[in-house]
Parts: sequence; C-alpha cells; structure tokens
Amino acid sequence: MSNADLRDLYQQVIMDHNKKPRNFRDMENANHLAHGNNPLCGDTLVVFVKLDGDVIEDLSFQGSGCAISVASASLMTEALKGKTLAEAEHVYQHMHKQLTGDEFDPSVLGKLEVLGGVKEFPARVKCATLSWHTMHAAMDSDHDISVSTE
Amino acid sequence: MFDINAIRNDFPILHQTVNGQPLVYLDNAASSQKPVQVIDAVSNYYRQDNANVHRGVHRLSQRATDAYEGSRSKVRGFLNAKSDKEIIFVRGATEAINLIAQSFVRPKLHAGDEILISHLEHHANIVPWQMLCEQTGAHLKVIPMTTTGELDLSTLDELLNSRTKILAVGHVSNALGTINPIKKLIKKAHAKDIPVLIDGAQAVPHMVVDVQDLDCDFYVFSGHKMFAPTGIGALYGKESLLEAMPPWQGGGDMILSVSFEHTQYNELPYKFEAGTPNIAGAIGLGAAIDYMQGLGIANLAQHEHALLVAATEKVTAMDGVRIIGTAHEKASVLSFMIDGVHPHDVGTIFDQQGVAIRTGHHCAQPVMQFFGIPATARASFAFYNTMEEVDALIDGIKKVQELFA
Repeated sequence: MSNADLRDLYQQVIMDHNKKPRNFRDMENANHLAHGNNPLCGDTLVVFVKLDGDVIEDLSFQGSGCAISVASASLMTEALKGKTLAEAEHVYQHMHKQLTGDEFDPSVLGKLEVLGGVKEFPARVKCATLSWHTMHAAMDSDHDISVSTE
Repeated sequence: MFDINAIRNDFPILHQTVNGQPLVYLDNAASSQKPVQVIDAVSNYYRQDNANVHRGVHRLSQRATDAYEGSRSKVRGFLNAKSDKEIIFVRGATEAINLIAQSFVRPKLHAGDEILISHLEHHANIVPWQMLCEQTGAHLKVIPMTTTGELDLSTLDELLNSRTKILAVGHVSNALGTINPIKKLIKKAHAKDIPVLIDGAQAVPHMVVDVQDLDCDFYVFSGHKMFAPTGIGALYGKESLLEAMPPWQGGGDMILSVSFEHTQYNELPYKFEAGTPNIAGAIGLGAAIDYMQGLGIANLAQHEHALLVAATEKVTAMDGVRIIGTAHEKASVLSFMIDGVHPHDVGTIFDQQGVAIRTGHHCAQPVMQFFGIPATARASFAFYNTMEEVDALIDGIKKVQELFA
C-alpha cells in the first residue's frame, strides 16, 4: 500500500464531514434511538430518528470517534433523511456490500461511495459501519437499545 | 560496549519493509520482538530435546527437564529471588494475578474487606480483583492519580487500613510509562502487615528488579514483553506464603500421589504448575534473560532512556501535540494526542509510514476516563530502537498534521 491509498481513505469529503459533521445534534422529539459503541477503540455514538409513518423525517447523531466513524455517520444522516424505511434499508445493504468488498450499485450509494476506500484498511472497516449498524438498530426498535461492533 | 547495529542484527523481524517503508517498531509495550537467540532456543528444543518434563527416565525427558528447570533458575537470578521454589511458571502476568487473587487472597477474604489497587492499573490488575469482590462481598479501593500521571499518595494512610487484605499495584504504567514508587508503597503496606503484589509486566523489559531489595510478597511478569515467547511468564512469591497457599488448578505434575480418597499435593514450585507446562516458552524465557543480561540490563535501560528523553523533547517542541503522562520517573512509553485527530486515524497514517504504534485505551480505560479521552496514540521503545526511529515518529506526527490541516 502506498500514500495514494491513504488519500483514498482520507478523501476531502471525509475530512470535511469530520471537521463539520452534519446533523450532529440531539433530537428531543426523536421516536427511535440507539446507542452504538466500539469497545475496541472507544468510539461511542447515539443515532436519533424521527419517523413519520415510514418516512425518515429527521436523522441526527451525537458522539465521538475517529474521522472515518464521524464522517460515515454524518454522510449517513444526509443520505437517508427523507427516505422511506425500505429505501434506507436498500442503501444500508449496498453500503454494507461496498465495505465488505461485494458488488454494489454505485447509483444507490451516490456520495457514500467516498467511504469505499475504507475496505483497503480492514482494521478500520468497523469505524465506518458503527453508525450504520446503530441506525439499523434504532429503526428496528421503538425503545432505546445498544449495539456494539468489535 | 553498546553496539546498536549488532543488536538489531539479532532481531530478524526488524529487517523488513511495511507499506513500502522500513519497519519502525514502536509498539514494544504491547509486545516485544524476539532475538534470534530466543527463536533458536525454542526451535532447538523442538528439534533436539522435545519431551515431557518431570516424568520420563529417558534421555530426552531429562534434557527437557534440565532445560526447563534451568530456566527457572535463570528467572530466580533475574529477579534475585532466594530460591527456585519461589518461581512459578505461568502463562503471563494476567494468569499470575488471577492465581494470587484466588489462591492467596480469596481464602482469607470476608465481606467488607478491602483490596487496594491504583488508578493507573492495566485491566489485568483490575478485573481479577473485581471478580474476587463479586465472589466475596469485598470492596475494591483505588489509589488516585494526578494530572501528570503519577500516583496521588496523599490519602494512602487511610487507604491502607485494617480491612485491606492486599495491595496490588503496577511497577510501571503501560498506558503512560510512569514508574511507581513501589518500594515506598511496599514499606507503608508492610508497616500495617498488608501483603503486596507488584505487576512488573512493563518493568522487567526496562530495569533491574530485585525482589529481596523491594521486599514485595509477589512479583509477576509476562515473557513476551521482555523478548521471550508469548504464553509464558513467571510469578515470584515468598516461599512461606506460597507454601501456605492451596493449589490453584488441579491436574498432573502438581501431585505426589493420587487416590480416589485422597490426593497429596506436590511441593513448591510444582504445586502451582498443573498439567504439562509451556516447556518451550520457559526455555525461550531463559534465553531472553541470558540475552538481556549478556548486554547488561543497565546499558539497555540507558539507551532506552536516551530515546525517551529525545522523543519527549522533540514532541514537546511541536505545536498541536500533547503528551499524556508527564511523570518525573518514566520508562519507555510516550502517549500522545494530536489536536483534532482521533488516535485511530493517527495509527493508520503511521502504519502507512511503516511505523507501528498502539492506538486505543491500552487496556487501561480508567486512565483514559481520568483524562477525559477515549484513547491515545502510544509509542513505546525497546533497546533495539534508534534515534532515527525517534525521527520517524516525529515525521509521522508531521504527516498526520499535514493530512488533517
């Protein structure tokens, strides 16, 4: 691996979302939320969801983590806000495929494709998936739950 | 004469590239590399002498037993224990602490008693005691720490009291490198008849340890952090204490005779070594001790200290980097934070430069909680590291700052 790969990992979009995470806030009227943590690195985050029927009306997160984990969470909130649960699930599946090296549809992921560089850094894949697993858990549950990736 | 090039030639693993860059191994506090003398000792054992110990009358078994027991004597000399009977081979420091917790402390522990540790401990010297507290209703007490990463001894006299059944404290902090004033702690505890266990996992690779001079009751360490294989370590205990303790695990080798009505336990040290031990590991540990003593442990310590001082000065002079743990007395470890960058990103970027450091909580989460940080980046030196590698560390920090500018 060379420094070119490092630039693939830390792309401008990722650095920007790490510095200025979008939807990085508490949500008082959330009707779904979940806590995620990676005990290995100490990353913790909370994902807040406000569902209107089966539409994600609002999506936000709070917590601390590395650039990959913060950027992934931030990009996720942008990508999924306004989507239906079925659409969000579809994006989740393709995001998962991208990070595990399976074939995925770039048109489903759009901007989320910048996170693809992570798969070359196996030790860091969990950083990118934490917010997605946490979001998934939040959607599946109507009470506060915890998920953990390690 | 300390010849760093000759020393590095003894460590085959150091001569490789990682991500196209020469490997710079600065993760010695996690695990150290092995000299060819240790690798050969293990390999030769399997090639020439492999057999079970303490059993056969045949030649190989005798050779294996001689080598295994020879290593025990080397460990005794290494720690300056009085007798080989005081040296128990274990898997590592973790197993040794669990053994002391269950075999020495548990039988005399009652609900309301106290176990005293420190805020600087590795999880291995926290969790076995918490488990013991859960089993007995005893309480875990903690010597606090200061913002420089030193022990705060202002309340020690109250913490050491009539309820305290053991003081278990690290010699050197793995997360920060702080060298604790253990001799003073041992003296204070003994003044109140409280036994003391020292976790020496981070100390033995870096300094001469003399258990008689320290007068500690137990001293434990792992081989793999001192240039020996994984899965082997040693427990030193004062003979009278070990003698009075019940066995920890039951099995072969720890018995004199067995019937279904009664089993008579073996004498020290075999009473605590149930089952076929890690013979090759013990032999490797003996070879590592020979290697360190051949070079002179004081010489090794001096070289490492020069590296730590140089790295500390250089990092201190940089903007946007903060050293975590600035104790007056330190060994080997430089834990740091780069402003605005999570340690895991630091670790990945370092790895791309061929520089191996540890990032995370270092199995010392209470220390991280004290500083209000999730993790640190940690460079830790061994005697085979060089001043050029200190520069590689500094270049790595600059690279991170460039990328995250």
